[in-house]
Amino acid sequence: MKSTPPSSPPIRRGRTRTVLPGFGLSAAITSLMIVGLVIIPLAVLILRAASLGPAGFLAAAWTPRARAAYAVSLGASLAAAIISSLLGLLVAWVLVRLEFPGRRILDALVDVPLALPTAVAGLVYSTLYVEKGWLGQVLVPMGIRGAYSRLGIVLVLVFVSLPFAIRVVQPVIESLDKDTEEAARLLGASKSQTFLRVVLPGILPAVVTGFALALARALGEYGSVVFISGNMPFKTEIAPVLIVSRLEEFAYAEATAIAVVLLGMSLSMLIVVNVLQQRLARNAQ
Amino acid sequence: MTSKPRDAATATSPLGLLLLAGAVATVGLLIVAPLASVFVDAFSNGPRAWWEALAHDPDTRHAIWLSLTVAPLAVLINTIFGVAAAWLVARFRFPGRSLLVSLFDVPFSVSPVVAGLALVLIFGRQGLLGPTLAWLAVKVIFAWPGLVLATTFVTLPLVVRELIPVMEAIGPEEEMAAVSLGANGWQVFWRVTLPNIRWALLHGVVLANARAMGEFGAVYVVSGHIAGATDTMPLRVEKLFQEYRTPASMAVASVLAALALLTLVAKVFIERQLETESKELEAARAPGADTDPTTGGLGP
Repeated sequence: MKSTPPSSPPIRRGRTRTVLPGFGLSAAITSLMIVGLVIIPLAVLILRAASLGPAGFLAAAWTPRARAAYAVSLGASLAAAIISSLLGLLVAWVLVRLEFPGRRILDALVDVPLALPTAVAGLVYSTLYVEKGWLGQVLVPMGIRGAYSRLGIVLVLVFVSLPFAIRVVQPVIESLDKDTEEAARLLGASKSQTFLRVVLPGILPAVVTGFALALARALGEYGSVVFISGNMPFKTEIAPVLIVSRLEEFAYAEATAIAVVLLGMSLSMLIVVNVLQQRLARNAQ
Repeated sequence: MTSKPRDAATATSPLGLLLLAGAVATVGLLIVAPLASVFVDAFSNGPRAWWEALAHDPDTRHAIWLSLTVAPLAVLINTIFGVAAAWLVARFRFPGRSLLVSLFDVPFSVSPVVAGLALVLIFGRQGLLGPTLAWLAVKVIFAWPGLVLATTFVTLPLVVRELIPVMEAIGPEEEMAAVSLGANGWQVFWRVTLPNIRWALLHGVVLANARAMGEFGAVYVVSGHIAGATDTMPLRVEKLFQEYRTPASMAVASVLAALALLTLVAKVFIERQLETESKELEAARAPGADTDPTTGGLGP
């Protein structure tokens, strides 16, 4: 940084910013944390799984029980992300476009799942939907079991992922140009045509980003699901729960292999989110 | 987000009422009903039973104390990291900068259980550093340092993500002016940068603290779940529930839920401050119209 060789020009890209001090210190702290806490642990995890060899990895990560767990994880997370996206769009739309008493309170309540510990959510959901619970006494006689079932997993995953779906879409609806909608209406488009042809294309990238974020969050969720799912192998056991139960049996190799599969799923979601957000930013310009 | 909607329609049309009912039902059933039932269940045997469940169980007392130690430590580490990383990213241009920014988000998309397992593979007895740590007689996994590491991992993005956009919006001009007037790095930070980012920093700290107090999956894996030793409050909630002591479990849960509500109130207040400041910033930038004669000071 300090001793620039005389041959190279002293002017760097963004030169105006380099007069500020603290590059070395902030770079040191940042790389210590990112390398020490993110890169090394994840690399060790992947290397441990790789050291099993292809056959060993498959034997550990692709057992019938593990496959069932991936299927439950993916299925429940997809269902939850779809429901969250639809409900999120509805809530975001209402928050932005309608004026009603208590709007600010509704807006604040949307963030509850971000602040409420997931263990509390899981505990409460399981007590709400059992036979004697507030909602269970109505739903269980109708044959709807919201606790110790796959439906229960979807319910808590919707709870934890809903804020992501709402908060990504909300600012985009705020920034929509209402004149275009009015023009479409004046030109004879019906309300549903206006929504499908004018509004939806504008907010769809945000809805999809919210969906991907919700899916990524749901795939990794553990704390709330462990309370409500009953954790029955082949039925209601999700991948993170299987990792923990393998760990508790000291089956580190199997736990690691399953963790790498789960990590692969979530990191591909992260890449999807990044690509979508870049496209979103480009569209906004 | 909390500002009054411009030219918003009132919910009087049938469609508007229908949509409003749907949104209220969604938030009511999914969010308000569970939240309300925590408090109703926790106090169902009266406030005395609630208090006894919290204060007369030594393992629960220890869990509360442990949470109140681990969460602030993790938040402190992430505050230092967040400020350093935001300073680095918002004030300097260097190769790999955008890659670094996307690395900040990785902990959000890694399952907390996977993160905990990765830490066990490094610091556990059979882990990479296991023999070294055993020789030093330092315990990380199944002890509080592991809890702090796991909590720090899951809350890593929260502070830095709040700071970067605010620091980019404010720009480096004031800091550069301070440097050119002879201020050293720490003076610039304490006198110029920190006052500018204080609400964003507080916002990040509040969010990180809420997540830290409530973290379950990562902490579950590294803690070994030892009552009276490595159980935090969320872990205690689970253990009491497994032991069929649901009222006691609900009592601990109600404390965590109250904390979450407090967090939300703080968040709304801080967001209002942030909104005011960003408006002031815009207003301060607006006289830029003076330097642009074409708009005659009337431009947007």
